Amino acid sequence: MSRAGAHRSGVPGARRPRADETVPGELVVEARDLALRFGGVTSLDGVSLRQRRGEILAVIGPNGAGKTSLFNCLTGAYRPQQGSVTFWPQADRPTELVGRRPHAITRLGVARTFQNIRLFPALSALENVQIGTEVRQRYGPVGAILGLPHARRAERDGVRQALSLLDLVGLSHRTHELAASLPYGEQRRLEIARALGTGPSLLLLDEPAAGTNPAEKRDLAGLITRIAGTGVSVLLIEHDMRLVMSVATSVVVLNFGRVIAHGTPGEVQRDPAVIEAYLGVADDTGGDADGADVPAGPGAATRKDVR
Amino acid sequence: MSAPPAGQPGPGGQPGPGGAATVPLRTSGNPPGSVDASGSAGSSGSAGGPARPGWHPAVLFTPARLRQLGVLLLVGVLAAIVTGPTGNSDKPLQAAKDSIADVRIVLYLGLAVALWVVLVLGAELRGALERVSAPVRAPIGAAYGRRGGPIVLNLVLLAIAIVAPLVVSTAAQQSMVNDIGIYALLALGLNVVVGYAGLLDLGYIAFFAIGAYTTAYFTSQTAMPWHAPFVLNPFFVFPIALVLAALAGVILGAPTLRLRGDYLAIVTLGFGEIIHLVANNADNITNGARGAFGVPHLSIDLLGIDYKWGIDPLPYYYLLVVIVVGVMIAFGRLERSRIGRSWAAIREDEIAAEATGVATLRMKLLAFAIGASVSGFAGVLFASKQFFNPQSFSLQASFFVVAVVIFGGMGSRLGVVVGAVVLQGLAFYLRDKVPPADRYIYFGAVIVIMMIFRPQGLVPSRRRRREIQLAEEGIGAADSLGVAPTGGQQ
Repeated sequence: MSRAGAHRSGVPGARRPRADETVPGELVVEARDLALRFGGVTSLDGVSLRQRRGEILAVIGPNGAGKTSLFNCLTGAYRPQQGSVTFWPQADRPTELVGRRPHAITRLGVARTFQNIRLFPALSALENVQIGTEVRQRYGPVGAILGLPHARRAERDGVRQALSLLDLVGLSHRTHELAASLPYGEQRRLEIARALGTGPSLLLLDEPAAGTNPAEKRDLAGLITRIAGTGVSVLLIEHDMRLVMSVATSVVVLNFGRVIAHGTPGEVQRDPAVIEAYLGVADDTGGDADGADVPAGPGAATRKDVR
Repeated sequence: MSAPPAGQPGPGGQPGPGGAATVPLRTSGNPPGSVDASGSAGSSGSAGGPARPGWHPAVLFTPARLRQLGVLLLVGVLAAIVTGPTGNSDKPLQAAKDSIADVRIVLYLGLAVALWVVLVLGAELRGALERVSAPVRAPIGAAYGRRGGPIVLNLVLLAIAIVAPLVVSTAAQQSMVNDIGIYALLALGLNVVVGYAGLLDLGYIAFFAIGAYTTAYFTSQTAMPWHAPFVLNPFFVFPIALVLAALAGVILGAPTLRLRGDYLAIVTLGFGEIIHLVANNADNITNGARGAFGVPHLSIDLLGIDYKWGIDPLPYYYLLVVIVVGVMIAFGRLERSRIGRSWAAIREDEIAAEATGVATLRMKLLAFAIGASVSGFAGVLFASKQFFNPQSFSLQASFFVVAVVIFGGMGSRLGVVVGAVVLQGLAFYLRDKVPPADRYIYFGAVIVIMMIFRPQGLVPSRRRRREIQLAEEGIGAADSLGVAPTGGQQ
């Protein structure tokens, strides 16, 4: 953890927090002016964003732009030196997320997946999702040991929920297989099911399409849309532009830890700052290998220097 | 000695196709490391020379097998020296010379070679055996179901546990209570901490001491200089000791469980030493190194049942059997519950567990408290046999419990009990055979051999075995005692 209260260097990012009138609904989360530094390296520099209920918001940007850092600040894995993250900001009692521990934030309703899949490898697919569904269960060791009715009921409910989530992500046939034995694309979906098990209102997906094949990407796009259809807001980090353009209702573009653009996919695609910093000259659709998201161009060169 | 023909699976061995079939079977059945070596050696042998179809003695002499033989021979030499005449400081090497020049060495080396042959042939035969028995085992396995497991096996073991003390000497019965029973209980408790939650606790015996001294405090006016103003029946001390030990676990755990792996081990080690030293030196409170005398035996006078435990170890033994079985059942339920799954999640990936809503710190604390309370419980039983002194709570005792858990199989309830039986049984066997100071050499040797040939323990838990397998393939981090589960936060 970096020191809190370190004095802030540089000017606020060139952010343009527009209220997006096209998406109705209550705000789910609002991040204001987040700054995160590791020693001399500034990872986030005044990032703000807001997301509405049911919205699919994509966060894009070159590698090292601060996307995963943003996720880590939202989920409590990192504590930003500055700024705030408010959950349900329009509610009677909005909840401040900065300063809470990750599990507490998950319990409030913010779930995530990881860029490099982090399942519980030696547990079965079902058990992985069960751990998610058991977040809100309250029974303790005595209930478990004595097999008290409320504990048994909770146990049954957890299994039932987990099974239906496995069904939702299309893994019913893998219920009792070890997570580690699943193919890569299925591991990604299992991680989504586990996150959904915690009953989130905001789901953070960190490059869910990385390393998956085109057919799996199509399935994934459908899955994300279905999830958002149930009222869960999805915050998505993704390099695959075709996927982003097809599912996202709006897009935030990060570069060097700052928001350089924010708008609908179409608006962002036309934004000159984005084209310069990120899209470059090449057409980036369909790139999924690690370097393929970085088109050759001036933006890419400077970004490499930073890393 | 090596008898190549015996390696051929006698029962299923038609000369031509049967022999040929053993080669792929063998290659698929062996552990990954030796598969390639034995496979290639076998094929090159049959290709180069006029070998009999299928099986070739060259398969015995792969590098892995030879290394195994080398280790066993070395152990044999060591065993010969250790069990040989004792040396003296004037001629430090004389003892070693006498041992090696003795007929003893032939015996031990012969044993080593025999063991190697058994291991090798066992590996050769295992594949064939599994194939032959598969149609028999499948329906049996299906009949028992996944969760019920080998019920018959458990009942047989329980029957053995019930009958065993009736056929041994009183001294052995005494040992079955004081050493095996108590340590089985301790190991079951530590198993929650080490095996389930993946935390290394090296001061575990401290909670045992807390239980024992609590008993002395409440049940006797004379056992220690420091005593309660009233006298309680030892049975009432069980809940008190349970709560006190759990409380001590929480007090120790709350600040230290944030630490990872090695650091936690060091802090708990220190805690264990503190308790031991206090017990040993606080003459005015604990009676110091002389220990507590005259703690009353257990007795019950409730609901018309009036029974007193006494000098006879048998009643204590059966009480312990009941308690151990009860704790095994209870912890089995715990492991299969939300709580057990949370522990598994913490063990496998703490960051992911936290992100999935597992209150990692709280669950670790819970494991710590549960483990400690079992230890405190065992302490009451231990104390209520009239006499104990701080020697029982030394660092060595803590290490011994850890050894029992690792030896038996981390995370496996049956395993840790078997571990207690085997290790304490070994201790009992060695009691009159070797000088007390040498005993640990044998423990060390047994545990080293165990770690080489069966790192997952005698009776590994299914979950743990899978984790170790995955860790060997480089997936997951549960290859050790949960030390530093992951690198940076990503």
